[in-house]
Amino acid sequence: MYEFITGPLLWISFAIFFVGCIARIIWYVRGLNWQMDRVAYTYHKVHGLKGAARSVVSWLFPFATRSWRNKPGMTLLFFVFHVGVLVTPIFLLAHNMILKERWGFSLWTLSETAADVMTIAVIVSAVFLVLRRIALPEVRILTTAYDYLLIAITVAPFITGFVASHEPGHYQFWLILHILCGEILLIAVPFTKLSHLVLFFCSRIQLGMDYGIKRGGMKGKGLAW
Amino acid sequence: MPEGQLCNRKPIETNEQLQALLSDRGGEQYYAEMENLDVDRELLWNTLQKTCKSRMRTWLQICAHCGLCADSCFLYTVNNRDPKQVPAYKIQSTLGEMVRRKGNVDNAFFKMVMETAWAKCTCCNRCGMYCPHGIDMGIMFGYVRGLCYAQGFVPWELKIGAGMHRVFRAQMDVTEEDWVETCEWMAEESEEEYPGLTIPVDKEGADIMYTCNAREPKHYPQDIAETAILFHLAGENWTVPSKGWEQTSLAMFAGDWAACKMQVESVYEAMERLKPKRMVGTECGHAHRATVVEGPYWAGRKDGLPPVECLHYVEWVAEALRTGKLKIDPAKKIKGPVTLQDSCNYVRNHGLGDVTREIMSYIAEDFREMAPNREHNYCCGGGGGFNGIGLFRPQRNRALLMKKKQIEDTGCNLIVAPCHNCWDAIRDLEEVYEIGIKWSFLKPLLIDMVEVPEHLKLKEEEE
Repeated sequence: MYEFITGPLLWISFAIFFVGCIARIIWYVRGLNWQMDRVAYTYHKVHGLKGAARSVVSWLFPFATRSWRNKPGMTLLFFVFHVGVLVTPIFLLAHNMILKERWGFSLWTLSETAADVMTIAVIVSAVFLVLRRIALPEVRILTTAYDYLLIAITVAPFITGFVASHEPGHYQFWLILHILCGEILLIAVPFTKLSHLVLFFCSRIQLGMDYGIKRGGMKGKGLAW
Repeated sequence: MPEGQLCNRKPIETNEQLQALLSDRGGEQYYAEMENLDVDRELLWNTLQKTCKSRMRTWLQICAHCGLCADSCFLYTVNNRDPKQVPAYKIQSTLGEMVRRKGNVDNAFFKMVMETAWAKCTCCNRCGMYCPHGIDMGIMFGYVRGLCYAQGFVPWELKIGAGMHRVFRAQMDVTEEDWVETCEWMAEESEEEYPGLTIPVDKEGADIMYTCNAREPKHYPQDIAETAILFHLAGENWTVPSKGWEQTSLAMFAGDWAACKMQVESVYEAMERLKPKRMVGTECGHAHRATVVEGPYWAGRKDGLPPVECLHYVEWVAEALRTGKLKIDPAKKIKGPVTLQDSCNYVRNHGLGDVTREIMSYIAEDFREMAPNREHNYCCGGGGGFNGIGLFRPQRNRALLMKKKQIEDTGCNLIVAPCHNCWDAIRDLEEVYEIGIKWSFLKPLLIDMVEVPEHLKLKEEEE
């Protein structure tokens, strides 16, 4: 069991993840159409690039756009959650030990304490994001079971991973559960809304190009996000 | 029931059809027929498959349901934060639903879509600025309007408006003869006070070709006179085309893309015929958006640009003031507190917020900003055709409350509104809510303030 889920199944999960994400990007780009979208993508490359860069970069930093500034609580939860979700698995010591074992190299690693703090932060911010979905009417009306499912899929590896690394007994059980949860998450990304991992960039780049080329970017400074 | 006599999927192509629809007061028969209009589901699904591609599909799919768009939308705020006014909800319950159901929707659904697309969205595009994914629901509602138009579920006044563009290449029934005659009349009226003033028609190779809004010759011809006076005082070498003189697009508000194409092509043809150095439009937001911003794409122009450089009127004014072509008499500047309406279509959607402020710096001593402003400004309340739709007048009147608050918060009772729709909305705001404000285009203000160059002054001997 352990051999399978850390061997072939892990390869399959990552393959689906990478191929799936690339497929999503290709599908997105191929579905763009300068005339239907009304953006001359290829004709004003410098303006397009500038608009795209401003559109992506300003949203990657908390409080860098007016929208983020208007919602400070949400912005905090959002960034704690997303930074935690992305940074923790990539720079986790335990994961990098496997990387070192299998492929001979490791990335910079987080200290155990930092990893613990970030994992708890992911779980706590997820709880608050769920509460937000329940409490705010403008969010509640949009929220479906699917949204909760995706939060569960995303947080499950963090909960199981935390328990596995702290629970002295039943280690094997929690470890296997953690690996399976991680693999479910990887496989889910290209097939669900979690594909926003890449589609966020696609969408923001497209809108940035739109503003950069058509909606003001050629009139001087870019849009003040 | 299949299509009605007045309410159907066929666009208005002739003046007879136009008159027939116009004579149906308030659209009474039109809307009665709409109650039974069938949805052409095959047409809808085919259209969606062909034209709703990855940009919009992705927008619909990756919406995180986060609700950040809610507070960005003035209609959400003025309607007591009704969750059903959350932009994401509005688009998911209309376009999202159509896509999910593969076009399998009915008459009741489309009536709901029509109301959402024209009474719950002015396509101001503000929500797209506040969404972390950059999902522009205003663009999607523009697209939805196209779907509605093709199905016949379009507000009465906009079916007429699109028909006007199809028949007259103008938003109102102003023929080329009417247009040229009005120009001649206004030139005659003005040349007494401004000797040498002319309104050249169809001059080739002029520096400026001017295009405007049909309501000007039809209802406010003095606007044309004011234009002529200002170009005259600025010493511009200008002309108007006899054909392709109208730059607006009720067809755009209606979602009649074919008519949009026809309309902008008539203006581009004028540019190609008369070969001006530049085109300058009137003080109209959606006209600029249609002819200069979106139009090139309807006309298939790959670089997304019109045949010649096109300016919104505010760009010409700023340039004229900056270069001294127009000089303001300092004693006649606006003394009292005055604010400025940043129109969606050329500020948020074409980046001209600095241009209008440059103008204000020349003409006002006490300019006070609205909050928010520039690209973050709220819609006047009447954009996207909202001002003109009788069926949705109560919703439009409610929508004006946001602008009312913004104006009151500035403490100003004069608003500069270089946009026909914004001007109308603010006029209606005063009529409905009586807050004691005045509002104005730039032209009349400038006429009162500019110095007449010596060589153009009325010689007393000629009296």
